[in-house]
Amino acid sequence: MIDCDVHPRVPGMAAITPYLPAYWRDSVADRGIPGLDSIAYPHGAPLSCKPAHRAGGGPAADAARLASDLLDPLGLGHAILNPLWGVHLVFNEDMAAAFATALNDWIAAEWLDRDPRLRASVVVPLQDPEAAVAEIERRARDHRFVQVLVPVTGEVPLGRRSLWPVWRKAAEHGLPLGVHAGSAYRYPVTSLGWPSHYIEDAAAQAQGFQSALTSLVCEGTFARIPDLRVVLIESGVTWLPGYLWRLDKFWRGARQEVPWVDRPPSEIARDRIRLTARPFDAPVDDATVAEMVAMLGGTDMLLAASDYPHWQDDAPGLLPPGFPPEALHALAVTNPRAAYPRLEAA
Amino acid sequence: MSEVLAKPLLVDVDLHPKLARLDDLRPYLTDRWWRHLTTYGARYRHGYAKGFPYPKVQPLACRRDAWPEGGGDPGSDLGLMARQHLDPYGVDIGILNPLSPTGQGELDDDFSAAMASATNEWQLHALVARDARLRASVVVPYEDGPAAAAEIRRRAGDPRFAHVLVLSRTAEPLGRRRYWPMLEAATEAGLPLGIHVFGYSGWAMTSGGWCSYYIEEASEHAVSAQALLTSLVMEGCFERFPKLRVVLIEAGFAWLPALGWRLDRLWARMRDEVPELRHPPSHYLKRHVWLSTQPMEEPGDPLALARTIEWIGRDRLLFASDYPHWDYDDARQALPRRLDADLRAAILGGNAAALYGLPSPATARHSDGGT
Repeated sequence: MIDCDVHPRVPGMAAITPYLPAYWRDSVADRGIPGLDSIAYPHGAPLSCKPAHRAGGGPAADAARLASDLLDPLGLGHAILNPLWGVHLVFNEDMAAAFATALNDWIAAEWLDRDPRLRASVVVPLQDPEAAVAEIERRARDHRFVQVLVPVTGEVPLGRRSLWPVWRKAAEHGLPLGVHAGSAYRYPVTSLGWPSHYIEDAAAQAQGFQSALTSLVCEGTFARIPDLRVVLIESGVTWLPGYLWRLDKFWRGARQEVPWVDRPPSEIARDRIRLTARPFDAPVDDATVAEMVAMLGGTDMLLAASDYPHWQDDAPGLLPPGFPPEALHALAVTNPRAAYPRLEAA
Repeated sequence: MSEVLAKPLLVDVDLHPKLARLDDLRPYLTDRWWRHLTTYGARYRHGYAKGFPYPKVQPLACRRDAWPEGGGDPGSDLGLMARQHLDPYGVDIGILNPLSPTGQGELDDDFSAAMASATNEWQLHALVARDARLRASVVVPYEDGPAAAAEIRRRAGDPRFAHVLVLSRTAEPLGRRRYWPMLEAATEAGLPLGIHVFGYSGWAMTSGGWCSYYIEEASEHAVSAQALLTSLVMEGCFERFPKLRVVLIEAGFAWLPALGWRLDRLWARMRDEVPELRHPPSHYLKRHVWLSTQPMEEPGDPLALARTIEWIGRDRLLFASDYPHWDYDDARQALPRRLDADLRAAILGGNAAALYGLPSPATARHSDGGT
């Protein structure tokens, strides 16, 4: 079984500094840079961590703790690490590149080297597409890195052409583009400005995914990069069918504007998009979940995820509430193997 | 009774009238604001002096056949609107939502208020007085809460106004305090808050930056509407104004169930952050929100649409044609046949009659409007 969304915790700047080049190691000390923790998951917020994983100051910050918290109890074959440390928050392009490299080095040395079940996503400094391409090239030979990771809202919508060299490089190496909830906070988390509450920020992530998917489709990203596959991670799922009905309709009316979109967006999504199933965002009743899965055309687009340590729901294991146990094999074995071609190659 | 039942009530909650000439506003503006309008013009939260940041797919986003032969923009000739739309479809009540130039979203708050008030006078004199089927919107300078409230109070009790009109892309999420005076006044006046998509917030069109295309801007309206409702709910607006009723116009509706489920899940986890809420978010969405149909989502399987409507509520959807815009919906064709007859009748008119307190079909019907 494969867990497609697991979050390793960076315990503090001191964990990363050994992996930084001397200039940035000195800068951290000289300038008092405290770390790159993001407001996307406030430390104390209930959503950020299940109570059971808060013992000892927070969730797993090392491979041994992750094994005892997650991999051993669930009997996982693999878990894909998606570090959410805020490299994407950084404005200085050189600093972003240095910290991305250091973070990936830390993941390789402290996590992947210590537990053969672990896989990871490549954190890229998308602020500078050339540096992001270089970071992918640096990791490509290490097959334990199985996807490229970016936050859903960054400096430009994800379909914009300035980013295509990054997506091309990912596709060239069989790395899906993993788009995770979170923001570089270059813009308010809603297109109507900054909301007052954290709960609104958390809710707005699902809207960020709708905009990002619109951008990826309408810019022709999938037409121009035929091997690109995209995984939406922690996006929520139930917004997808209604969203595609609407985008299909607008495409029928306005496709003159985007002639490279040569088939309905829903068909493109079915071929090229996968989503982690947690959170799913349905009432906790089996019937509604079944109806939503039917509207998705079945379970083919869904990947199992614990979303460790986030506290999305109270269902144990890899499936969100309401999913029948029979779905586990497709979501946790068949679909991840198809979505992540490098998974078994390491 | 039988002739009355032959055609269900038809209420169109989204008609777009247009000034025939800018001069038509002259009688309703003071000298100062007329000079301002003709000297500086409208200034919005975007950079274009003419046209739109994202060029529409048709001129003025209008039907090609809706341009009056005598000149003027689509929607500016009431006779043509009647011949093309109100008469042949037997529209019993049509709600006017003027979009521009109305002063909404204007950067100068005082000019915004003057234009909004002038637009309301124009609707009454040029449109509602000439066709008994039409109802006006209270156009408000929504970025200035107290001024918007004053305009609402000026129109309160006048049955010629159906709702208060706001554009969806506000400068802050609509539940924020700057808008409370407006929400309060609308509630006191017993007028629903009609929120029509478009407008320019000044923020990027998406939470991840500026998109490139009109198709994205159009799709984004459903996205920003989700943030808008999230704000109204989480700021406690429906607790503070328990009789507040909101109508989302042209935002689609299939996204609403998933939004409610997501908000409920997050609220169960973090309700301590928003203690004003005494119920799960979906409770408020089900009781305070209505949505117009056009442009309605069209899944391949119409039963999926029927199911979605059941989740939203059979009494929540209101027919809208969007005349004279390019993606106009035909009242006879727009609703899938797979929706049952009662539901179709409710969407075409019954729900709007209940929401807006319209007269019953027999008395609402224009004397020669039924067939």
